[in-house]
Amino acid sequence: MRVLALAGRRLLSSVPTLLLILVGIFLLLQLAPGDAVDALIAQTGGGADAASAAAMRAEMGLDLSVPAQLANYMWRLVRLDLGFSSIYGKPVSTVIFERLPATLLLMLAALSFAFFFGLVLGVLAARRVNGWPDTLISTLGLIFYATPSFWFGLMAIVLFSVHLQWLPAGGFEEIGSGFTGLRRTLDIATHLVLPTLTLGLIFLAIYLRIMRASMLEVLSLDFVRTARAKGLDETRVVVRHVLRNALLPMVTLIGLQAGTMLGGSVVVESVFSLPGLGRLAYESVVQRDLNTLLGIVFVSALLVICVNFVVDLLYARLDPRITP
Amino acid sequence: MSPVLAIQGLTVALPAGADRPHALDRVSLDLNAGEILCVVGESGSGKSMTAGAVMRLLPPGVAITGGSVIFEGQDLATADEATMRHLRGARIAMVFQEPMTALNPLRRIGDQIGEMFRIHTALSATEIAARVLDLLAEVHIPEPAQAARAYPHELSGGQRQRAMIAMALALDPKVLIADEPTTALDVTTQAQILHLIKDLQRRKGTAVLFITHDFGVVAEIADRVAVMQHGMVVEEGPAAQVLNAPRHEYTRSLIAAVPPLTARAPRPVSAEPILVMRDVRKTYRTGGFLGRGGRVTHAVRGVTLTLPKGATLGIVGESGSGKSTLARCLVRLIEPEGGSVSLGGLELTGLTRAQMRRQAHRIQMVFQDPYGSLNPRRRAGELVAQGPMIHGTPRAEALRRAKELFELVGLDPASTERFPHEFSGGQRQRIGLARALALEPEVLVADEPVSALDVSVQAQVLRLLAELRERLGLSLVFITHDLRVAAQVCDLVAVMKDGEVVEHGPVARVFEAPEHPYTQALLASVPGRDFARKN
Repeated sequence: MRVLALAGRRLLSSVPTLLLILVGIFLLLQLAPGDAVDALIAQTGGGADAASAAAMRAEMGLDLSVPAQLANYMWRLVRLDLGFSSIYGKPVSTVIFERLPATLLLMLAALSFAFFFGLVLGVLAARRVNGWPDTLISTLGLIFYATPSFWFGLMAIVLFSVHLQWLPAGGFEEIGSGFTGLRRTLDIATHLVLPTLTLGLIFLAIYLRIMRASMLEVLSLDFVRTARAKGLDETRVVVRHVLRNALLPMVTLIGLQAGTMLGGSVVVESVFSLPGLGRLAYESVVQRDLNTLLGIVFVSALLVICVNFVVDLLYARLDPRITP
Repeated sequence: MSPVLAIQGLTVALPAGADRPHALDRVSLDLNAGEILCVVGESGSGKSMTAGAVMRLLPPGVAITGGSVIFEGQDLATADEATMRHLRGARIAMVFQEPMTALNPLRRIGDQIGEMFRIHTALSATEIAARVLDLLAEVHIPEPAQAARAYPHELSGGQRQRAMIAMALALDPKVLIADEPTTALDVTTQAQILHLIKDLQRRKGTAVLFITHDFGVVAEIADRVAVMQHGMVVEEGPAAQVLNAPRHEYTRSLIAAVPPLTARAPRPVSAEPILVMRDVRKTYRTGGFLGRGGRVTHAVRGVTLTLPKGATLGIVGESGSGKSTLARCLVRLIEPEGGSVSLGGLELTGLTRAQMRRQAHRIQMVFQDPYGSLNPRRRAGELVAQGPMIHGTPRAEALRRAKELFELVGLDPASTERFPHEFSGGQRQRIGLARALALEPEVLVADEPVSALDVSVQAQVLRLLAELRERLGLSLVFITHDLRVAAQVCDLVAVMKDGEVVEHGPVARVFEAPEHPYTQALLASVPGRDFARKN
């Protein structure tokens, strides 16, 4: 009941956020010179006269005032109509939903990888604070954090794909292989190993540092002393009393980093030529496909809001002190 | 009869670089079955370290280097970790000071108590649940079943401490170590918890090692007393003897520093009021969505009090009574919702923020926590000079004045160059005083200024306050939960409960002949009140 009330409130409060993002992006793009018609004409070689350009504008509703265009756009969004991409020749929603699975899969995999190993390494480092495991783990973390992810990606391709030939160098799956079912799942998984590692390592470094710090903090709290005074051994003290308390800041971080991760996926998807949302965003900027770009912003914002919503619920589950 | 727990020549070394080489220096104590042995001392005396050494739960870098702790024929000082784990909780249990933080905030009370059985016994889950309910009933928690399902934050401080005691007594330990178990509690709750510990101890015959800094508590509960100073036991003996005829110089000075509960001879109080509060109100609203379902707390509801010029008005009450909110309303750190506060005829509540800032030097505040209320990155002298500088004094002049103020509050003027962490707690509170006095206020609002200090330091700070009041003609509003302190410093006293003043008047009248039942209950709860009265 408590969690449901919280969920309802959080959902309601995310509506203005979404609205603000959309209006902001729409107005920002209005400031850029030119519109989709200019881009189309430029693409077709610039042979259209002013009259046909004006006709196209009227057809697309670009001749209206900015507030009217905004209202139109919002009204279309309410009906989940993201418009038509003139570059891809398909509705924007189709274009996005073709690309969404790859990005979602990559994000989920990278997040799980970073969270799990960050947690394990953070706990190990905190248990042996200032010992050699701690030094080793912290140094590794610093290296992961300091190295740009595109370089990691390229080196991983050189090592694992070119020299060792263990893993594919790019793509989402073997094209034209006709794999189905389990075989296809396995194929996609092998394709995602390197991108996941590349995207996840930076976040792993962050999680591991946060986990280490929060473990150390929780270990110094009074209830840990109580647990020891009860006669619990160190492992059980950590598992039963420290871990869940130390997880709270980690969970907060997931929500904060969902957006960063989407941004990071642009680089990783480019390096590994994955057909994902990040690369689509990059392409539509280059090709000035404003409708698609707006669509991507909309979907990304939804995605980040969803992740934060789930994080909020998770937090409320983990911490009984949160009141709606 | 041989003692249950015999500590012999126990020495605990501190890491290199500490202020002294040994946390404990050849400490010898015997704890007999069915007795309560109080270990008393000020902070840093090693009393908590003794408990830690017995449980072998010492902070990292601190180790037992000599002596023995004999319990049930075993030497705990050299026992291995596995043996210690079997003893901890089951044979020797512990209750800690801070009931809020000593329980895991994310696990239910019943679950945490049940853990005792899960670690040390092979009882089934249903049996454990039944035992947990029995235990909670035994420590007199109202509605045990509900309490077992609650999380720590859903219980009050006293109930949490009861749950801690239930947990400690779960497996009928031979020895219970209670490390300042009532220090964080309100005085009425403290009286109940002390009564509970004594009652359970009598019924079960548990030997209790009770660690405290409060001689009132000692007088209330102890069979025998050991006084510690600098890691050594300086005096030990039956409670009556140590309290009434202390032999060691240090014990005598500690007991002399405990303020008696009787009021001093009344001072003449001026008829001219300086600070007048009329019907001050403040409400807090929490939670709720669009104004619905929120909780409303009436922190201060209609307080009307007058502070005569040159007098000290004590505001006493338990936590949550609204006394700190009232103090903050006086200096407008919190905006009161209704009523008025007037200072020397000037209506403070009607002023704008900017006007109030200009008047701020006339009424200043001293805070409770001498650790938290000073910016750790600024030099002590600058902290004191900051106020006058904001009000237009040139920097050099303000810093020179800060040195004078340091001298006034009994600090070395040369120490203005030091940072707050280089001072002790009592010295930091003196800096806090100097900071407030730097603006030459007419009224000083002191919010629990001595409750974080050791009793001997507390006595010094109180003496300083009294002296400054005389010398500078200050009028004081003194907020405290400690009735003994109130009896010593105040001319007038107001007792607050649930945001209202239930009784107020000259301190001697209120303390000698309390009219309101709550005041009577408060005074009856003061630990060791008979001891305090005759002291």
